[in-house]
Amino acid sequence: MSGRRRRAGEGPGASLGEALPLERKLELYYWMRLTRTLEERLVALYRQTKVVGGLFRSLGQEADAVGSCYALESRDVMSPLIRNIGAMLVKGATPVEILKQYMAKGDSPTRGRELNIHFGDIGEAGRTRGFLGQISPLGDMVPVMAGVTLSFRMRGEDRVGLVYVGDGATSTGAFHEGINFAAVQKLPLVVIIENNGYAYSTPTHKQTAAKQFVDKAIGYGVYGEQVDGNDVLAVYDCTRRAVDRARAGEGVSLLEFMTFRRKGHAEHDNQSYVQPGEVEAWAADNDPVDRYVRVLLDREKVPQAALDEIDARIHREVDAATDVAEASPLPEPLDALVGVYADPPTERPLWYRDGADVSSLGRERAEGWGTWDAAKGGPR
Amino acid sequence: MAEITYLEAIREALDEEMARDQNVFMLGEDIGAFGGAFKVTDGLMAKYGEQRVIDSPISEIAIVGAAAGAAHMGMRPVVEMQFIDFMANAYDMLTNYVATARYRAFLGCPMVVRGPSGGYVRGGPFHSQNPEAGFIHTPGLKVVYPSTAEDAKGLMKSAIRDDDCVLFFEHKYLYRRIKGVMPAGDHVVPIGKARTAREGTDLSIITYAATVHKSLEAAERLQAEHGLSVEVIDLRTLAPLDDEAIFATARKTNRVLVVHEDTRTGGIAGEITARISETCFAHLDAPVLRVTAHDIPLPYAPALEDFVLPQVQDIITAARRLAAW
Repeated sequence: MSGRRRRAGEGPGASLGEALPLERKLELYYWMRLTRTLEERLVALYRQTKVVGGLFRSLGQEADAVGSCYALESRDVMSPLIRNIGAMLVKGATPVEILKQYMAKGDSPTRGRELNIHFGDIGEAGRTRGFLGQISPLGDMVPVMAGVTLSFRMRGEDRVGLVYVGDGATSTGAFHEGINFAAVQKLPLVVIIENNGYAYSTPTHKQTAAKQFVDKAIGYGVYGEQVDGNDVLAVYDCTRRAVDRARAGEGVSLLEFMTFRRKGHAEHDNQSYVQPGEVEAWAADNDPVDRYVRVLLDREKVPQAALDEIDARIHREVDAATDVAEASPLPEPLDALVGVYADPPTERPLWYRDGADVSSLGRERAEGWGTWDAAKGGPR
Repeated sequence: MAEITYLEAIREALDEEMARDQNVFMLGEDIGAFGGAFKVTDGLMAKYGEQRVIDSPISEIAIVGAAAGAAHMGMRPVVEMQFIDFMANAYDMLTNYVATARYRAFLGCPMVVRGPSGGYVRGGPFHSQNPEAGFIHTPGLKVVYPSTAEDAKGLMKSAIRDDDCVLFFEHKYLYRRIKGVMPAGDHVVPIGKARTAREGTDLSIITYAATVHKSLEAAERLQAEHGLSVEVIDLRTLAPLDDEAIFATARKTNRVLVVHEDTRTGGIAGEITARISETCFAHLDAPVLRVTAHDIPLPYAPALEDFVLPQVQDIITAARRLAAW
């Protein structure tokens, strides 16, 4: 089974995605549309300079984030990348949390310490939502998630881990060491490579000489599948199979999702390195939301009004979240010193930030200058 | 109770903590079936099984990263760097991921990264390093470096129980040369507290790890041959530094020599010197002096290694200059 490549729908039996009941298929639509609407709101806030740092879009990748994370149980743990805002939402992160993060608010999930969707909530099953925020050095979350899933095995917990990497992160040492370690230990971990064509401005062919990333599964001795990342039901199907394998003790899977990043690395990036017409072609022919709308309307016979109702509900939710986030307080500066360590719980401000009486500083000299005594003509 | 070596004291701490807390486990290269390159973990796999003493691939990033992930979930991993030199391979994971986890994400990383460190053993450039300074520069990490068998055990137990990541430097020159009698019961030495290894009044030597023993030898000779009463402070913990102990000895003797085996530029001695200068300037009779390694990758040949690393005679020379200032 190692390293096999399979297209969704080619497997034995019906697709697990196709087999989902309609109400769950509509949930998938809700999460994808929420992702897009929330990001559009973030763009508006960015242009109003209310977003403090950069803004990272997942336009065109909503199906891969939503469909894959939807294959997890609530007790499972997922570690997202910058473009997995949809996976974060599915796992329970809220629009208001994300908005507050981007606006660096004092009551944001990281209290203004970290950027964008770099936040998490992991721990005991049932008491935490099960997402672990990434850090910026890419590939690092693979070993960390190997450790999270190692803890599941050591404690005999029926939980699975899922970690996303981009095409670029596969070039890092952390990716290699992490997936190899997890494979050797046969940990319940699903590794998803989102191949969206570019790592910042670097195209895939400058990232690897491999024909496709899923081929790496053979080298690691793990199960591999490649799937159309813009087909949300196929993504769910493929991921669900890997999650089931992990839960059954069959170890690591490496999945490659074929998709395309339709915006720059971040909003400042004008994508000058992309071939003319490439973005437009993907937008016209292969938009994951448009494609799924056609599935729902044409095949599932969902009335347009039902989708419109979901869209309207999402707009109301995002409006309400925006109001809350905008009204939220900025951090108190002294909070910067809290919580580097468990013990001590806070650092002390440096003296020039501590209200020091500057005029007194020169008078700290002891009565004698050390033990030097000039009268004796030398050191004591 | 019988004397045991510094190395055995560490093993005793690991064993006791594994017995005490099911969440404690070990991860590292060749630590299980083989018992580790220096045999620090010898016998632990036989006692606690492959699930709790895990032989890993040669993957320092994965070892440290997996420890962090398990630690987030409430485990207490103790990972071995086969030689502490290889901790550089996990530098990103330690400094970018582990050190920041509590602050940026409210995630605890209760884990210990331990390994054989230091020179005087003819180990050459990659089996002799003292990379502690690079990590005390990173907020979020704790760094300990014991010089006695008693401290090695007590600090290891504290490190395992600490709710943050502790880098535990073990001096390989001391592994089998230094012995001690372990205090009875649950012997725990607090992190962040220095120790007065020798009382004195004329000048202070602030040091840690193997150079504690060199400083004590120098102090004996300075007393016997030059009539100088030398105080020796063993820092034990490098992050957080015990400012109180550093300032107390500076104010007491008014002359301070900082000694370490690490290289000079950017070494911890510079930081200690700056803190004393900022806080105890009026108490000083002389500038703070340093005895350190030369700024040289550590060479293999005995004549070269001995020249590069601080020796007892260097400490005596520096102490005499300090006393004569």
